Amino acid sequence: MNLSPIKTYGALKELRSSFSNQISIRAGDKSVENEITKYHILVCSGTGCTSTESNEVRKKLEKELKKRNLDDKVKVFKTGCFGFCKLGPIIAIHPEHTLYCKVGLENVDEILERHIKHGEILKELLYKSPKTGQYQRNINDIDFFNSQRRIALRNCGVINPEDIREYIAVGGYSVLAQMLNNKTPAQEIVESLKKSGLRGRGGGGYLTGKKWELALSYEGDKKYVLCNADEGDPGAFMDRSILEGDPHSVIEAMIIAGYCIGADQGYVYVRAEYPIAVERLEIAIEQAKKMGLLGNNILGSDFSFDLDIRLGAGAFVCGEETALIKSVMGFRGEPNPRPPFPAEAGLWEKPTLNNNVETYANIPIILQKGADWFVNIGTEKSKGTKVFALAGQINNTGLIEVPMGTSLRTIIYDIGGGIHDNKEFKAVQTGGPSGGCIPKSMLDIKIDFESLADVGSMMGSGGMIVMDETDCMVDIARFYLEFAQHESCGKCVPCSIGTKRILEILERITKGKGKMEDLQILEDLCLDVKDSSLCGLGQTAPNPVLSTLQYFKDEYIAHIKDKTCPAGVCNSLLKVVISDEKCIACGICARICPVNAITGEHKKPPFKIHQEVCIKCGNCIQKCPVDAIYKR
Amino acid sequence: MEIEIKKNNKEKYMQLDRVIERYKQQEGMLIRILQKAQEIFGHLPIEVQSYVSDRLDIPISTVNGVVSFYSLFSEEPQGKYTINVCMGTACYVKGSQEILKTIEEELHIREGETTLDKLFTIKVTRCIGACGLAPVITINEKVYGRLSPSDIPGILHTYIKTNKKAAIGEEVKA
Repeated sequence: MNLSPIKTYGALKELRSSFSNQISIRAGDKSVENEITKYHILVCSGTGCTSTESNEVRKKLEKELKKRNLDDKVKVFKTGCFGFCKLGPIIAIHPEHTLYCKVGLENVDEILERHIKHGEILKELLYKSPKTGQYQRNINDIDFFNSQRRIALRNCGVINPEDIREYIAVGGYSVLAQMLNNKTPAQEIVESLKKSGLRGRGGGGYLTGKKWELALSYEGDKKYVLCNADEGDPGAFMDRSILEGDPHSVIEAMIIAGYCIGADQGYVYVRAEYPIAVERLEIAIEQAKKMGLLGNNILGSDFSFDLDIRLGAGAFVCGEETALIKSVMGFRGEPNPRPPFPAEAGLWEKPTLNNNVETYANIPIILQKGADWFVNIGTEKSKGTKVFALAGQINNTGLIEVPMGTSLRTIIYDIGGGIHDNKEFKAVQTGGPSGGCIPKSMLDIKIDFESLADVGSMMGSGGMIVMDETDCMVDIARFYLEFAQHESCGKCVPCSIGTKRILEILERITKGKGKMEDLQILEDLCLDVKDSSLCGLGQTAPNPVLSTLQYFKDEYIAHIKDKTCPAGVCNSLLKVVISDEKCIACGICARICPVNAITGEHKKPPFKIHQEVCIKCGNCIQKCPVDAIYKR
Repeated sequence: MEIEIKKNNKEKYMQLDRVIERYKQQEGMLIRILQKAQEIFGHLPIEVQSYVSDRLDIPISTVNGVVSFYSLFSEEPQGKYTINVCMGTACYVKGSQEILKTIEEELHIREGETTLDKLFTIKVTRCIGACGLAPVITINEKVYGRLSPSDIPGILHTYIKTNKKAAIGEEVKA
């Protein structure tokens, strides 16, 4: 790719208009019929689809097109996550916006032969709506997409993240160029962000404009801009997808932040567990440098800004901003008490502005379209949209973006397609290890920062794990506490020892050794840890326990009083049994049982498990040829 | 302090020297240098840690403090293939524990251990962000999704087979 530096705002505008013609096909522009290129095929290259071999599909498409001399007529591109990870690999064919799901290597020939050559739609690769049973060809008609509103994800699945010119073609870097050109005063930028009501998408929900204002107000010979891409919440992957699908929106926002607060150096702190995101970000930074959008005298102005990547090394606590700052400096990521806030004394004790990936991704478009546009979306106190990662026992797992104030029911049933295997919905966990479980009775709440906090959960980074009747809520609480305890850095006592004690009580209960008074101790301990921990990790770690205690106390009581696990998860409380009707008396189970707990006579069903001997290893369940053995 | 360098490691230490040379002028590059060192040596034995501490003039306690704090650093030798079983919430509710159990049984080692032939190390990781494909494991950089315990033996076998082929290839060359 031949990239040369752009020196002026005018040159950027020129590049934008010349290149936007080249990708107008993707906006459904039919006027290209007279041009040579008639189709754009976009192949999802996010982590999800890559693991189902979307790269191989893309390469085969390119190879076959060349072989058929169609490579001028049809262009193939990498693109970011469509969000429909469940049905990957996903490809989109423009200008007609056809979306094909689960495209394998074996489908490539047919796509070229039938779709490209003869304009025929391949029905077998279309999404079939489980509700109406109809095939949905156009991406905008699909249930999963049509209730969404994509702002932070606006370019994911639309542009090639590895080509900066495509980002420029969709209007990227033009806000930055305008500001540098007009020498927009910093206060003006802060005012429009404040007016837009954008709040931090990393979990805290602090007003972004205020944060910028604070960082602007502190004097310093050196200032820094940080991007928190240490997306540690299990079950959340929006930051990863934005970096993979639209890295330049984050880079542009960070340059604007640098210009606004007077910083000349930025760092993106990203998890090493996200190799594709890191690679895309490296390419993006490299290209921005080549184009003169990063480095000295950006776009010919007197403003200079540089950007580097710092890789995390596997510590959840580094998502907390003071710990993140320590880690960027190369030390153990242990948090510090605040104040002083990073805005006053952050990286190397200098004023530092830190925002989350999704927050940054919102900023260029807000500044481009204006605060008034943004305030019209969302609820009274939470403006704009939020990206959620849908996972767990739900049909359409993946990444979605909806306006704040959308109900949980819409998200889970309309977009998410309901519960897997037609099971009964039990709860949805939001906010990761810092959040809580929301029961069925609250499915109609309108999601925003306040409403989630009111029901004892939180927005967090936007992970949503859906649980059904086969998930034990006590075990889920135990799972989160095990996570928090493992990731506790050990600096403050309430968190490091408190979470350990909470975990011990929960383990006791799941093993059937709990007492009723444990429930009171558990609650008191949780409140103490919340009140007295140093950083966000400890202050929120008890939330999963408190919320399950509040809404699912009957499950705790069943574990303690009846010594049963209603969901059939907690091993110690279960019995392994053989179904009398299904058993064919083949004797496999008795042969493989390591403790000889199973007896019976060959060909004379049923066999029997002696509970006092059984160690519940589950070997027999796996090996039974007729699935006659199960846990109860 | 003079550090004894084993003969066959000389090349690796030279590589490490180049890394240190490249980054030592910048502030806050200890984690980056250790990450590169781990790429070179496969793990971070105490000799490498003290070498880094010596060259950067940072106390060994600080270096070891960082190494022991972050879960991606390992002071023990790792297998050729590291299997990371995702234990994020989405994978957990989709049965990742059963996946882990199957891998442990297949390889006759437990989580955190390495097989005797130094081929596989099993680790547990917290969410790699592929929740849409839960349950998920990664083997080195490759991601395997939508797994059930019955998929595991086949996946492991492909690695064993490739490795055997490679070994035979080397023998033929020799």
